[in-house]
Amino acid sequence: MKKIRLATLWLDGCSGCHMSILDMDEKLIEIAPFIDVVYSPYVDTKEFPKDVDLTIVEGALSTDHDIAMIKKIRENSKLMLALGDCAITGNVSAMKNLFGSDVVLERGYLDLADINESKEYPSKIVPKLLDKVLPLHEVVHVDYFLPGCPTPSDAIYEMLKALIEGREINIHSLTRFGK
Amino acid sequence: MIREKVRVKSFKINDICVTGQSNQTILEVARDNNIEIPTMCYLEGLSCVGSCRMCIVEIKGSHEPTPACTAKIKEGMEVTTSSPQIEAARKMILSMMFSERSHVCSTCVANGDCELQSKSVELELEHSEVPYLNQRFEIDASHKNFVNDPNRCILCTRCIRVCDEIEGAHALDLAGRGLNMRIVHDMDEPWAASQSCTSCGKCVYVCPTGALYEKDISEEEVIKKRGIITELIKNRSQR
Repeated sequence: MKKIRLATLWLDGCSGCHMSILDMDEKLIEIAPFIDVVYSPYVDTKEFPKDVDLTIVEGALSTDHDIAMIKKIRENSKLMLALGDCAITGNVSAMKNLFGSDVVLERGYLDLADINESKEYPSKIVPKLLDKVLPLHEVVHVDYFLPGCPTPSDAIYEMLKALIEGREINIHSLTRFGK
Repeated sequence: MIREKVRVKSFKINDICVTGQSNQTILEVARDNNIEIPTMCYLEGLSCVGSCRMCIVEIKGSHEPTPACTAKIKEGMEVTTSSPQIEAARKMILSMMFSERSHVCSTCVANGDCELQSKSVELELEHSEVPYLNQRFEIDASHKNFVNDPNRCILCTRCIRVCDEIEGAHALDLAGRGLNMRIVHDMDEPWAASQSCTSCGKCVYVCPTGALYEKDISEEEVIKKRGIITELIKNRSQR
């Protein structure tokens, strides 16, 4: 049987959902024979590969770099799964939307800074913040949604198992927004 | 006053023959017959305003969906409580509730005890079908015991109704229109300055979300006593 080429992506989130994947513990061993992790914070691949079967995305879209990356990744992924509330609703990452990016930058780099003589925000190398943090599905097509903050590891396990076995599952008995 | 005579009416819900009294609503008769219709703003014992539109049903011959909580029954009517159109409309309504304000479950005291959250499971909604509006409202934390956070409000008006109809104070009401509408105290004064609020806390107990909550308690300690109001009304009517 051909292994599922799996990628996982960590955007604007706390990595809690990636922790939740690891929280599958011994079930990871059960899943491992069917999956080839080709791109992820768990592995050291620099470029996003072509022909990925499934990309699991944690976190919301916060920067111009996130947008460019997610569009490229969508082109190279057969299926995309939004994992956790940040990817689905914006959640904590999108709380700054109520105040705007400038207020957040001012707070971080001026108000709370001990040393910032030039009174400037970082503008080189680091990506530019979007005006509004966006959930994944507002920018690219998303095939599956698995909400939760974080998504419980059992829900991730059941979802992956169903995808491996090629069957549909009802995720609503496994997880929801929040806890 | 001439009272309208209460008559028994027969009609159909989902092709099941049911009977009810002419002063009953479709929702009441449905519940009497164990037919489930999802609700949000409805709370047994309070008046029905049909503000959330969650309980919409189809009535044969009518072109638009009707809220079951405010529609009185009619002889021979044929009601359908679930269809692909109704399900889609309910999901859209729920999406609009989620997107209109900032419902961040993970930072909310009502996380795990929220009717909006549990409704998403019931209606199987795992993402909003409309973009988020990201509106910000000022929080009123002036009261010594309670907080009013309009960012988590779905404008069901349960708090207004319980304050007016059960406590008899009518300290709360709506201000503003459309997207800017919010719950206010008296003439839009800080909660602590409200002359009519008795600080009974009934509004906090009936709030379906974390919009009204008790101060200084954690998410684990939040207990929404929504049923207590229904019990209170039953006990009073028995006197």
